[in-house]
Amino acid sequence: MNPLTGYLLVAALLFAIGLAGALTRRNAILVLVGIELMLNAANLNLIAFWRYGPHPELLTGMMFAIFSIAVAAAEAAVGLGLVIQIHRHAHTTDLDAMSRMKG
Amino acid sequence: MSIVFYVIAGLSVAGALAAVLLKNTVHCALALTLAFAGLALLFLELDAQFAGFAQILVYIGAVAILVVFAILLTRGSETPHETVYSRNPLVGLVTAAAIFAVLGWAVLHSSQALPGPAGTPTAEPQVTVMDIGNALMGRYVLPLEIVALLLTAALIGAVIVAMHEKEAAR
Amino acid sequence: MIEKADQVFVLLSHWLVSFLPSALQPAAAVLLSVVAIIVTFPALFAISVLLERKGLGRMQNRYGPNRVGPFGIFQPVADGVKALIKEDIVPFRADAVVHFLAPVFLVVVVFMGYAVLPMGRNMTLVNMDAGLLFFFAIGASTELSVFMAGWSSRNKYSLLGAMRAVAQMISYEVPLLMSSVAVVMITGSLSLGKIVDAQNRYTYGLPHWYVFTPWGFAGFVLFAIAAMAETNRSPFDLPEGESELVAGYFTEYSGFKFALFFLGEYVGMMGISGLAATLFLGGWSAPFSWLGWVPSWFWFFAKVMLAMCIFIWVRGTLPRLRQDQLMNFAWKFVLPLTFLNLMVAGLWRFMGEGWLRWLVCSAILLLAYTLMGRNGMRSDHIGPRSYRYAD
Repeated sequence: MNPLTGYLLVAALLFAIGLAGALTRRNAILVLVGIELMLNAANLNLIAFWRYGPHPELLTGMMFAIFSIAVAAAEAAVGLGLVIQIHRHAHTTDLDAMSRMKG
Repeated sequence: MSIVFYVIAGLSVAGALAAVLLKNTVHCALALTLAFAGLALLFLELDAQFAGFAQILVYIGAVAILVVFAILLTRGSETPHETVYSRNPLVGLVTAAAIFAVLGWAVLHSSQALPGPAGTPTAEPQVTVMDIGNALMGRYVLPLEIVALLLTAALIGAVIVAMHEKEAAR
Repeated sequence: MIEKADQVFVLLSHWLVSFLPSALQPAAAVLLSVVAIIVTFPALFAISVLLERKGLGRMQNRYGPNRVGPFGIFQPVADGVKALIKEDIVPFRADAVVHFLAPVFLVVVVFMGYAVLPMGRNMTLVNMDAGLLFFFAIGASTELSVFMAGWSSRNKYSLLGAMRAVAQMISYEVPLLMSSVAVVMITGSLSLGKIVDAQNRYTYGLPHWYVFTPWGFAGFVLFAIAAMAETNRSPFDLPEGESELVAGYFTEYSGFKFALFFLGEYVGMMGISGLAATLFLGGWSAPFSWLGWVPSWFWFFAKVMLAMCIFIWVRGTLPRLRQDQLMNFAWKFVLPLTFLNLMVAGLWRFMGEGWLRWLVCSAILLLAYTLMGRNGMRSDHIGPRSYRYAD
């Protein structure tokens, strides 16, 4: 098996696990945890393609992954800030309990 | 495929599974840290040193701590009354399994089309930090500036969103 | 002969490894170096614990420990034996797995940081291109261990101490990184070996260490402040404040696990002292060119122990900062000064040689320090003192 195929399969597996976590957990923070796993899987894909692709000296994959890491960190910060503020308002982080638009 | 790859990949997948399956949210956050560490090791295995160390610094050193703080500030570590999964977890599982099936099929069936015959390793790219610096200041200067602007906006936004509302005291 | 004394550990390692078949030799060399680090730094830890207790004692006008040997020099042995034979108590409702893993994680992470420090000429364990980034990435992981320790004890005071400690550590991590970015900028590389090589030059016998330049001196002071906060040392030791939170996040640890936390804290202090010595004080290079005959590893360890003495001295001298005071200090004083330091370092680089750049850079830094110190840190809540008497 091609080494690239191995890395891509691992990335696909991590993505699927992250997606399952984001869709099935009740706690809003664990949904964000699932989203972070999905972003990490995409980063792994980028780096694997950079390494085994045709022009690794152009650094495209590595740059994309570094920017993705930075943006994902910012998004985690804002997302978790929102979850904390919602908890202050509704006194719960249970997504199934927050099913109405009216606060 | 070397044994090192299998061990690190197994570690990452185990951490990810634990992160979405465990009942205690803080244990989930710590398992997520394990998944991040496994991914950083995979990046190092792929000769992407800068990305691997940046992954450790940003994800384990900052995002994991952020998740843990959020869990503590929202009292997520208390035992939940009902189950920890939503009302129908089956839909989510089926969707995730379907997506994994599609991605896996695409990857396995395209391995003949990949450049280079299977088994011959491509040469290790010798990437120094100076190359990355030159690339950031040369070819990728516009994305760098946009990411800087985005991070500033995210910083200010996170502070404003999470600030205590002063009107609540009145 | 001087060469041999300088390279004695490297030659010893080569000689020991030559007994093995050549396929195993690289792995054996690395293993030997790892064993050497694991043996040396805990020995230095024992010496520095003794130094701290005697030093603090003399600064507080008392003798330190003086029973266990002449002048108390076997006190670390007594402490070690006590820690090993004490009963290991785990609270009933504590999270046993995380409670066990926290000190293990701390010690592993703290020892990994030594892999990139150049301890002498040709004496770096792994000569990485992005060595400084590796050290900071590994150092950022210690915060997670602190949190794990505090949370797993299921103790409100431990958790409070852990959250304070983590908030303090993440606040001071940015100034720590930014003050070393100035050094990286001037050297042009993240590799610690290249940073030491750039400082290993002498003009009229005086060294080119970065601490002797205006931006380097400011950077060193800011790095030292941030390092003291990162390792939870006085005056930033509110999280482990002995008079406040019992022992903060390691209240519920006893026996060997407490000894591991203690070891991790001091070994971390020595690691960050080693980094400060490498970045600002010239690493393994001698202070004067006519002292070049002394082995390079002697200078490195001398600088590390000097930095430890400074840590102990500051602990004995300054009062503890309150949590809001230290967060204020980090975000409103230290961080802007590190950004300004970065710009002054750039100005230094582009102004060309001569006395003018010394004058301009020093003037900018002193002006910023005075203005920000006077106006920025003044608190509006302090007014004239008023008294209220009980009826």
